[in-house]
Amino acid sequence: MSAVASPRPHPRQGFGLRRWWPLAIVALVVLAAIFAPWLAPYDPNQQNLIGRLKPPGTVSRAFHYWLGSDELGRDVLSRIIYGSRVSLVVAFASVILSGTVGTTLGMIAAYRRGWTETVVMRVVDVFLSIPAVLLAIITVAVLGPSLVNVILVLALTRWPRYARIAYSQTLSVATMPYVRLAALMGAGATRVLFRHVLPNIIGAVSVVATLEFGLMVLFEAGLSFLGLGVQPPTASWGSMLSTGRNYVATAWWVATLPGLCLFVLVLAVNLTGDAVRDRLDPRFR
Amino acid sequence: MPGFLLQRAGQALITILGVATLIFFVQRLTGDPTYLLVPETATRADIDALRHALGFDRPLFIQYLDFLADLARFDLGQSVVQRVPVTTIIASRLPYTLMLAAGALTVACGMGVPIGILLAVFRDRAVAKIAAGFVLAAQSMPTFWSGILMIMVFSVLLGWLPPSSTGDIWNLVMPSFALGLLSMATFARITRSALLDELSKDYARTARSRGARMPRLLLRHIARNASIPLITVAALEISNLLAGAVIVETVFAWPGLGQVTVQAILARDFMIVQGVVLMGAFVTVALNLLSDVLYSVVDPRILLDGAR
Repeated sequence: MSAVASPRPHPRQGFGLRRWWPLAIVALVVLAAIFAPWLAPYDPNQQNLIGRLKPPGTVSRAFHYWLGSDELGRDVLSRIIYGSRVSLVVAFASVILSGTVGTTLGMIAAYRRGWTETVVMRVVDVFLSIPAVLLAIITVAVLGPSLVNVILVLALTRWPRYARIAYSQTLSVATMPYVRLAALMGAGATRVLFRHVLPNIIGAVSVVATLEFGLMVLFEAGLSFLGLGVQPPTASWGSMLSTGRNYVATAWWVATLPGLCLFVLVLAVNLTGDAVRDRLDPRFR
Repeated sequence: MPGFLLQRAGQALITILGVATLIFFVQRLTGDPTYLLVPETATRADIDALRHALGFDRPLFIQYLDFLADLARFDLGQSVVQRVPVTTIIASRLPYTLMLAAGALTVACGMGVPIGILLAVFRDRAVAKIAAGFVLAAQSMPTFWSGILMIMVFSVLLGWLPPSSTGDIWNLVMPSFALGLLSMATFARITRSALLDELSKDYARTARSRGARMPRLLLRHIARNASIPLITVAALEISNLLAGAVIVETVFAWPGLGQVTVQAILARDFMIVQGVVLMGAFVTVALNLLSDVLYSVVDPRILLDGAR
């Protein structure tokens, strides 16, 4: 028996041209991250101490600093291009990880009910009552800062969001006749959940995931800004902002430009998230 | 009423116990928490001595019970570096963070609610579209970037506001805006959706058809009903503001709990980090409880349902 598909949106509710530009920006950043070695004019960690803190457009030795140089004479443009990798990898991986764990636990809690439901949803409440930034900070402080740890920490702090939405959606889907019928016909819990329930709740989950993606980009940058993210010399937009903060009076470009990239990416992701939500859930229009 | 409140207070206590348990076990993710407390140059003997002094060589369950007993006495341990009780450090820095959070909440509510009303009342007009763009931009702006931009423009370029530290009310302006803008976006969105929800209801339509003008309709008929989701958001946002203060205080060298936490992480003074996180979580639980109580004041039907 196949799952019943979610109702198709009306054709006019699709993505208009106006809705495409945010997605185009996200695609651009993804392409920049993938092709960083070919796109970046220089090695992001190559220093040129003669050319420290040069403004955009300066030529110093063999370097042409299109977007200026930082405190070690490294090319800001190259570091921004490479920095996008950290933002995207952390956001993708943490969203996938927390989304998978949270959705699975939420579905199980709603389907099994009883003590499973009580335990899972109490744990969700506990996690949601600790501000995510603080939980992330204490966990990174324990595990030590690194790319993998940042991903794990963000997944650890964010899975309850998915669990809650998956739980509430599953509660209503699980009472549908086709789900009950599948169970009566002998389908096991795993088959019922993943073949019949999941396809019907994935829309709501993906709305949360898109909005979470932007938040994860900001979280990673925030942790790197505090020195708890990816460690130097690896380029990350958050750590670039952190060092650039010391030169606001003399070299505006060091902090401003990575911040601008961060802002534009998160704005584009949020707009895409809004578009996905409008498409999947017309009540929000 | 007492039954409803007791039930909610009981749930809050269970959550607090859960939070304390979670923090206790997060500390032990790497096995032995002694390593979090010693400098990298510490010798084997130093580590063993500290482990014994802090009781980390005892069975885990005993340590856990001890941890809970200390918490029940509001004892958050002692800073390993400063040799001062963590509660003393928190008490000395808390006023600054509260001041910052109050400033940010003023910005968030003071701008967010009017913008939300604008978005709902002038739905498809140009002014609402501009306001929506502003809200979206504020929502996407990292606090540390907006903070740095403000310092660049208002301190370095124009020289209007002091760039960092404390002093008078002017020192509070930029940190409050940096921290409050993100919450402003949330307040605006929630106000908008709550108002649209209420405006579409029968009682609002009836009032309108009887000639009530928009200001009267909003103030006399809708404000109370629409304030329920706002109370929830306010409770959540205050705890978000306290957490967001970690970054904003770092940007503006504001001597609150956030700054002390970041300094403690760098100095490997884990007891302070743990104390601040626990306090943040407890404040969040307390605020949620408070918002439950406020609901029942605003909407007595909730109380009746809860008591049933």
